[in-house]
Formats: sequence, C-alpha cells, structure tokens
Amino acid sequence: MATQHSRAAARLMISPAVLLLLGWMIVPLVMTLYFSFLRYNLLMPGMEEFTGWTNYRFFLTDPAFFDALGNTLLLVGGVLLITVIGGTLLALLLDQPFWGQGVVRIMVIAPFFVMPTVSALVWKNMFMNPVNGLFGHFAHFLGLEPYDFLSQAPLASIIFIVSWQWLPFATLILLTALQSLDQEQLEAAEMDGASALSRFYYIMVPHLSRAITVVILIQTIFLLSIFAEILVTTAGGPGTASTNLTYLIYVQSLLQFDVGGGSAGGVVAIILANIVAIFLMRMIGKNLDA
Amino acid sequence: MARAVTNRRKAIVTVAAWLVGIAIFFPILWILILSFKSEGDAIKTPIEVLTSNWTLESYHTVQERSDYFRHFLNSVILSVGSTVIGLIIAVPAAWAMAFVPGKRTKDVLMWMLSTKMLPPVGVLVPIYLIFRDLGLLDSRVGLVIVLTLINLPIIIWMLYTYFREIPGEILEAARMDGASLKNEILYVLTPMAVPGIASTMLLNIILAWNEAFWTLNLTAAKAAPLTAFIASYSSPEGLFYAKLSAASTMAIAPILIMGWFSQKQLVRGLTFGAVK
Repeated sequence: MATQHSRAAARLMISPAVLLLLGWMIVPLVMTLYFSFLRYNLLMPGMEEFTGWTNYRFFLTDPAFFDALGNTLLLVGGVLLITVIGGTLLALLLDQPFWGQGVVRIMVIAPFFVMPTVSALVWKNMFMNPVNGLFGHFAHFLGLEPYDFLSQAPLASIIFIVSWQWLPFATLILLTALQSLDQEQLEAAEMDGASALSRFYYIMVPHLSRAITVVILIQTIFLLSIFAEILVTTAGGPGTASTNLTYLIYVQSLLQFDVGGGSAGGVVAIILANIVAIFLMRMIGKNLDA
Repeated sequence: MARAVTNRRKAIVTVAAWLVGIAIFFPILWILILSFKSEGDAIKTPIEVLTSNWTLESYHTVQERSDYFRHFLNSVILSVGSTVIGLIIAVPAAWAMAFVPGKRTKDVLMWMLSTKMLPPVGVLVPIYLIFRDLGLLDSRVGLVIVLTLINLPIIIWMLYTYFREIPGEILEAARMDGASLKNEILYVLTPMAVPGIASTMLLNIILAWNEAFWTLNLTAAKAAPLTAFIASYSSPEGLFYAKLSAASTMAIAPILIMGWFSQKQLVRGLTFGAVK
C-alpha cells in the first residue's frame, strides 16, 4: 500500500505537469475573456477602453458569423458522414482475409500522416486545378468542360480534402474495434442461421457503436479547428463561402488586428467546443472506471 | 468445395481491397512520381508524365533556392524537442498517477484531457501578444514551448495507460527487497516502461511534426518548420508542380515511415485509451 512518504513524492511528481497545464489554460483564457470586453485594435495602440458586450454584439450579428457557423457545421458534419460511413465499410472490407493485407493497410493509413498543408496543396494543384490538374486532364480527355472545384464548390472541395485525411483514422479505429470482436459469437450466430445482414446489424453494429462514438467525438474536436487546409486553398473565399469559425477569428484578430472582436469570437468558439467536449469526457471517463 | 468458395471469396476481397487501397494512396504516389519530373513535364497529361524522362532536378532546386534543409531542421528540432521535454515532465506525473493513485487522480486526468479540448483559436490572440512582447514570435524556443504544452495531455494519458498495465506487485516486491524509490524507478520500472515510452514518443513526434495551426501563426521565416514552408507554395510564381512535389515528398517521407511503425499505438494514443 502507498505510504505517506510515497504520497508526498507522487504529489511532487505530478505538480510540474499540473502547474504548466494550469498556466497554459488559465492565463490565455483569462486574457481572451478580458480582451473580449475591450475595444482593442493593434493598429490603434493606447486606445483600449471597456465596451461591455459590444464585441459580442458585433460578432454575433455579423452575417459573416452565420456563414462561418454554417460552414463549420457543414464541414464537421460532412467530413463525419463521409469518414464514419466510409470508415465502417472499409474496416469491414479490410477485416476479411485477403492477400497482401499488410501492404493495403499501410496504403490506407498513409494519408493520416501527411501534413495538412501538403495534402491541401496537392489536391488543390495536382488534382483540382482546372487546367493542369488530373481531374482537368481527365475532363479534357472525355471532352467535358473542366470544373474549377475550389472556386465553384469551395466548401465541398475542402470537405473532400479533409475527408481524405481523416478516413484512415476512422478506418484504423473501427478496424481495431472489429478485430476485438469475439469470432465465436459470430460463428455461433451463423450456425443458428443468422444472415450476414442480421449478423452485421445485431452483433457488429452494437460492438462498433462505442468505437464510432469515439471517432465522432475526437474528429469533431479536431475538425472544429480546421485551419491550414482553408488557409492554403481558398483563404476562406470566395467571399465567406469556405470560411469556418476558426478562420473567421484568425482573419479578425491577426489580419484585421481587431483583438477585442477576435477575442469575443474566441470565447464563442470555446463555448461551442465545450459542448462537444462534455460528451467526449463522459465517454472516456466511463472507460476509466471499467 | 467449401475451400474453393473461400478461395474465390478471398480473391474477390483481395481485388476490392487493393483497388481501394491504391485509390486512397494514389495522391501520395502521384507526387512521388511528379517529384522526379521536370517542371515542363509535370503539368502534362498523365500519359505524357509517365513516359517523360526522370530527373532529380527539382530536389536540387528546392534545396538551393529555398534552403529546404533549414526548414527540415526546424521541424526536427520542434518535434523532437517538444517531445523530449514533454516526456521529462510527463513520465513522473504518469508514473505517480498509475502507481500511487489518490482520490482525485481520475479528476486530474480528466482535467488534463479537457485542456486539449480548448480550441486553439480561442487563445490565439493572447498567445500571439504574449509571444510578441517576449520576443518569442518566429523563434524555435517559443514554438517548442507551445508544442510541448498542447501535446502534454496526450503524452501523460498515453503513458498512464501503459504504466497502468505494469503489475504493481513487481514494484512492491522490489520495495520489500529494500529498493529505494530511485532504484525502483531506474532498475524495475524503466525497463518495463520503455516500450510504452517509445511508442508515446513516436506518436508525439508525428503529431508535432504535422501541427499546422500554431506553426503557421507564430512563425514567419526563421523558425518556420516544413508545414509553414510548404504553405508558402500556396501563392507561387511560374511552374512549380515538380518543386512542390519534391518538397512535399521530403516533408512527409520521414513521418510516413514512422507512422507505419506506430499504427497500433496511434489508435490507443488518439483515443486516450478508449479503443485498444
């Protein structure tokens, strides 16, 4: 059993990590909150003054905010839909015995390790560019008009690129979950005459539901903060057609130097992310007890 | 009879799986091919690209014109530096929480995880201003600090899930035999913990290498790692497909290789132990 002595030592060992994370969390958070109530623009130093809820009023009534909120939801929802459904199908496929499993697995996982700026620029130039991209060449070959993906369907194109990056993650996790499924249970069901479809629906889906929840929650956390992919492909445009909340706040604070407005936006983003986080934490917390 | 059916089924699955695999991997394969072509050939039709001459020209140009190696070095310093510092802070913390759990250990762990849920853009302004005032903008030191802090919760969690699997009885036996805390850690725990620490390190280097919010916002030129260097190709001049391909290939190759080795740990690390 732990002694008094080892308890004190344990506390000492934990404290650096706790203090650092506490500082990292509290200091900027308090500053963001404070700035959000100030009129504070970096172009007008020394003009800071308390303005109450003005920044929030401006941010929350700005049409760009609604566009960004809608785009954020579409981006997160679209990518989740594609990766969860695609990932489940892919995991079911890769879980079957076939020749060259190791190699195929490696190929499927690869996009996850590609840095966001590379994958976005490669898709933008080598594939989606209407003149020199592969899709353009292909359209030309078929005698069709080339389609300028990123200017005519900017958000859909970004959803596609981000899905390519995250499909491996969903697949990998669902595959791991599938492999922990009790094979005997499946065989028993098969012998009792359960069809492939009902085996999938009554045994695999309940078994996978936990992993799917985890995939959804973790991806949501990351997808809410998509930034690099937008920066290097469309820069949020045309207009606000592909601006998400993260990008909007970036533009406001670092390009327009509006610290107050950007901070108010930051607080809104934190509140939205927290709603997701609460669900995720509950899931992981439950697992900790098990 | 049954065997023939199984084999036919296996053949069908094999074809399907390979087709899907190649389709998903194709963009990476394509930049690998383009990186060995001249700029003029890289924008031609696929058939012309494949039949044109192979050349190392782009790799030379990328290094000479834009000092690729400096950015590569920045990426190495940032990812390895932040990982090593993170481990130094996290190993004692995770050890203590796994082997001397108190009443609030679970709460502390959950709280640490919650810091990871904070959207970076929510604290972008204050961090930017603090860095500006301390002269940390576009410095490696500043970025190492940020990357250490954003990945610290993941490091602690991963280590915690590994340490928890080490049987406590062994430590008790060592203690009974009179081993001091120092010796206990050095000779008993460390050898058993090394695999867990190694995979934590691997995953964390990957995450830090690909981090593209803070590295893009807090660097300009001097400390810019590969993520930011590649982003500079978003507004290029003239033909650049072969150069972008060469730079991209070099930027993702090391991490791709490391990633393939850490597939299993990836699942565990990224789901905070919820899926193993």
